[in-house]
Amino acid sequence: MSAEPQFFDKPGGFVGKPIVRVEGREKVTGRAKYSAEFPLPGLTYGVLATSTIAKGKIMSIETAAATREPGVIAVLTHQNLPKLAKTPNTPEGKKDTGSQMGFMPLTSDEIFYAAQPVALVVADTLEHAMHAATLVKITYQKAAPIASFHDPKAELFDPQKIQDGKADGHIRRGDAKGAFASSAIQLTATYNHPVYNHNPMEPGSTTAVWDAPDRLTVYESTQGVTRTQSTLSAMLGLPREQVRVITKYLGGGFGCKGSMWPHTILTVQAAKAVGRPVKLMLTRPQMFTSMGHREDQTQTVQLGATADGKITSIVHTKTSTTSPWDNYAESNAKILDMLYATPNFEATYQLARANVMTSTFMRAPGEAPGSFAIECSMDDLAYKIGVDPIEIRLRNYADHDYSTGKPWSSKSLKQCYARGAELFGWSKRNPKPGATRDGRFLVGMGMATASYPVHNSQGTARARLYADGHAVVQSGATDLGTGTYTVMTQVAADSLGLPLEKVRFELGDTQLPTAPNSGGSVAAGTVSSSVYLAAQDVWQKLIKMAIVDKKSPLYKAKAEDVAVEKGRLFLKKDPKKGEAFGDLMKRADITDIEGMAQGKYGSGYEAASAAANADPAHKDEAAQHAMHSFGAHFCEVRVDMDLGTIRVSKWVSVMGAGRILNAQTARSQIIGGAIFGIGSALMEETVRDQNFSRYTNADLAGYHVPVNADIPNITVEFVDEHDPFINAMGVKGIGEISMVGVAAAVGNAVFHATGKRLRDLPLTPDKVLMSGVNS
Amino acid sequence: MNNFAYTQAASTKEATAAKAADKQAAFIGGGTALIDLMKSNIEQHSLLIDINKLSMLGIENAATGLRIGALERMSDVGEHPLVVQNYPVISQSLLASASPQLRNMASMGGNLLQRTRCGYFRDTAFPCNKRQPGSGCPALVGDNRTLAILGGSASCIATHASDLAVALVALEARLTLESPKGTTRTVPLADFYKLPGATPNIENHLQPGELITAITVPAAAHARKSHYLKVRDRASYAYALVSAAVGLDVQGGTIRSARVALGGVGTVPWRVLAVEKYLVGKPATEENFRAAAALAVRDAKPYEHNKFKLELAQRTIVRALLEVV
Repeated sequence: MSAEPQFFDKPGGFVGKPIVRVEGREKVTGRAKYSAEFPLPGLTYGVLATSTIAKGKIMSIETAAATREPGVIAVLTHQNLPKLAKTPNTPEGKKDTGSQMGFMPLTSDEIFYAAQPVALVVADTLEHAMHAATLVKITYQKAAPIASFHDPKAELFDPQKIQDGKADGHIRRGDAKGAFASSAIQLTATYNHPVYNHNPMEPGSTTAVWDAPDRLTVYESTQGVTRTQSTLSAMLGLPREQVRVITKYLGGGFGCKGSMWPHTILTVQAAKAVGRPVKLMLTRPQMFTSMGHREDQTQTVQLGATADGKITSIVHTKTSTTSPWDNYAESNAKILDMLYATPNFEATYQLARANVMTSTFMRAPGEAPGSFAIECSMDDLAYKIGVDPIEIRLRNYADHDYSTGKPWSSKSLKQCYARGAELFGWSKRNPKPGATRDGRFLVGMGMATASYPVHNSQGTARARLYADGHAVVQSGATDLGTGTYTVMTQVAADSLGLPLEKVRFELGDTQLPTAPNSGGSVAAGTVSSSVYLAAQDVWQKLIKMAIVDKKSPLYKAKAEDVAVEKGRLFLKKDPKKGEAFGDLMKRADITDIEGMAQGKYGSGYEAASAAANADPAHKDEAAQHAMHSFGAHFCEVRVDMDLGTIRVSKWVSVMGAGRILNAQTARSQIIGGAIFGIGSALMEETVRDQNFSRYTNADLAGYHVPVNADIPNITVEFVDEHDPFINAMGVKGIGEISMVGVAAAVGNAVFHATGKRLRDLPLTPDKVLMSGVNS
Repeated sequence: MNNFAYTQAASTKEATAAKAADKQAAFIGGGTALIDLMKSNIEQHSLLIDINKLSMLGIENAATGLRIGALERMSDVGEHPLVVQNYPVISQSLLASASPQLRNMASMGGNLLQRTRCGYFRDTAFPCNKRQPGSGCPALVGDNRTLAILGGSASCIATHASDLAVALVALEARLTLESPKGTTRTVPLADFYKLPGATPNIENHLQPGELITAITVPAAAHARKSHYLKVRDRASYAYALVSAAVGLDVQGGTIRSARVALGGVGTVPWRVLAVEKYLVGKPATEENFRAAAALAVRDAKPYEHNKFKLELAQRTIVRALLEVV
């Protein structure tokens, strides 16, 4: 592609419009089938029994009572479960399987974490299986667990690499410590974060059907059917094409469904063992110990600056808990490295092993906690030198990416600050903290910067256009519930010149063209580019047909002289000369024609194939530009210092994120991210007992997410932004930037309201109250 | 959840007899608490006796005050004009509880028998003296942020979870109980609950087979000027960190009678007589409220993560009292 697809922006198009969800009716009428809702003949039900201890060994398993129960078909344990071709229990196995956790339960008698699966009961009904699971009696030899890096028995270590080697454990640019030591202003602050759990509305679920002894279909609740297929095929030792994974609808994921977890393969093994389809759905308490979490962590930021507030240095350390097998930590440092014009930077990760499962990516992994640290510290700096929080950010505005030295592909942050301030009424803010009252409430206004990278990704799509004027467009992508079906239908309709209702977009099946995981905010950009390019492939084929067709008005034209608009092929120089695709196809007696294409990261309409041939592991670096979305959040809080309660009373988010495909679903995404972030700031926390290394609030009564009453009206705007470098559609993706900086905006508003800087999340009433008592 | 039998009782006599005949049986009203407990395998019942057909209804003015049938739903009572006008603290405590859906199902009697939200009680993998006598209490040295600072013992510091009970204890409500023999007795709600002591598994003084059939609340000036304030981790649909049910009868600026009870801080709904006594005869001023509130936590025993409740309990009382003067 060499020209920006400007036709999307012409009147009459669907892209960008607030089109209602094409699958909305299916969902509200209950016809949309989620992964646990496929009725299959002979279906049986699996329920996990889990460990009551966090560390030790299984001494004996008594399954007789469970087996005797009516309806019970099998009680599977490490003693009788079919063996896997490959487990992730070795570094090599972990790499080959692509498993997030380097451990597979039910492969030995060892217990490493609380609620680790120890048995799987299969029965004819869910109720029978649930009851029988409680009758599996296990005796353990208990050992004292380590609960977190806070545990005095925990041993801290410096990992060379984090995230399976994908990120460095130590980053150094310039002389950050030296520059900090000689800075006029030196700020040091420590931030604490609890364990968070993703808790999508739809729990993880798997329905496994062996169609033949060596052929498997899995209906799975996953953010990526391809990744699940690849992990399954490696673990089972089956060719990929003999493993089919289907996810038609997803009730949220937030990262916990981004990779395959043990319950999935256990269900597949159970189906093998009993010779019938097995369905397993995790319970809500099991969701806290089955699909990862955001790790508990502490961060220290040393921010050095000149007397007028220009950053000279940032030194960042992060200490966090990881599992017995993996060196996983969210890479918080990335955002601290790139957000501002920081000449010297150093970041170090420290880990401690504990008896917990492996943590995993959760919405804005690294950026969410990292932005809390840097954006609260920037606020400190603003107050320290007495300038407005927006002004301090403008003084440190990065005109290029300091972490890579590359120019930005596009950046609209200044517009976001300006428009956000205007919408919010920032100019009415009294700069003095603790000075604004409304009755019993202290009122505060805070803001924070948001940014999220456009990640390396590629995917394919197929477009089949029919002569009668309808089309089927396919890509094995996932719709997390955020609107993929809808936006891809819009892109396909515009690209093919068809009305929306004449386009059917299909996704969520490994039999469709391969698409990336819906994670890292890549789906919208990658899949829309694939769909758009697949449509171009259709037109190129039709143009070739037309110019050799004697009956076509375009006969003997050069292919490059022919353009297509709204389904009509015509001569660029003489637009009257042309014909509709249907006429051409009918004359040639073909019913349908298919196009196929691959949308790529770094392959925009000006930088064609910039990174196309780079080493896949280093594509981010291979691109000639640094690619990020940017934005700003503005928050007003009302704090009751007597009772310690904080209420968010106003919210504005303004984002610059490239082309916005659907004004309505995009707005909903940003609102969802703001709510997600407000939850993390004010109430979400999974509490792990330090003696048992077991969670004490593993359900939605104990793990608080915001309710309607916690959330004010949220104002969202997007800055008009055209990015010619990121991908063919110029779409950056907004799933994650929506929550980056949100907790900091809340924390900064609380500081402005009260004059108290609270750095330990979540900001529950006890912490607010005690901050006042202690002063 | 275990297999269980189900029967629908046609009369209170039939219900209480069935329960007396089977120690593992349970009455089921709205079921919002019971079914959760059974699904979590915390309670196993052999028989559920459905009491929803019984005629334990009515929200009415009786000779001495308010009479509420035990099967009335929380939402109906919370929104009833008689309750809203004359006993606002009861209405507010109900409407600050749970969610609209749960309030539409849950019965008044069942609400008073709901069990603690202590995380150690709610997960059968943990030891818990309340669930499994003698197994120990990890909360004493563990996650006790939401647990009790009043009325605890070395065996248990689980907080009583009901908002309604706090309001009713403040207003000196009584329960009408019917026995399998068909006899009825009434007991003050405050005496109905049992402190955990060495037997936290026994939570109240119900006799085998006994059924709560009604709640009565004496009419009083302090009931008409009453308020429920609940402080929690989110704006709605969360259990209380601390709550206060208060009522004042103030005449000519002087407090004639006062009622104060706390929720979220006690192993049972916690009436603070010392606070009430201090207030009576004094001017209704914020200063007096503060001095009185300090008496509420005199005997409190905080743990590592719930020390904040000492301060929060006092402030909640003061704020609630300010609402009714």
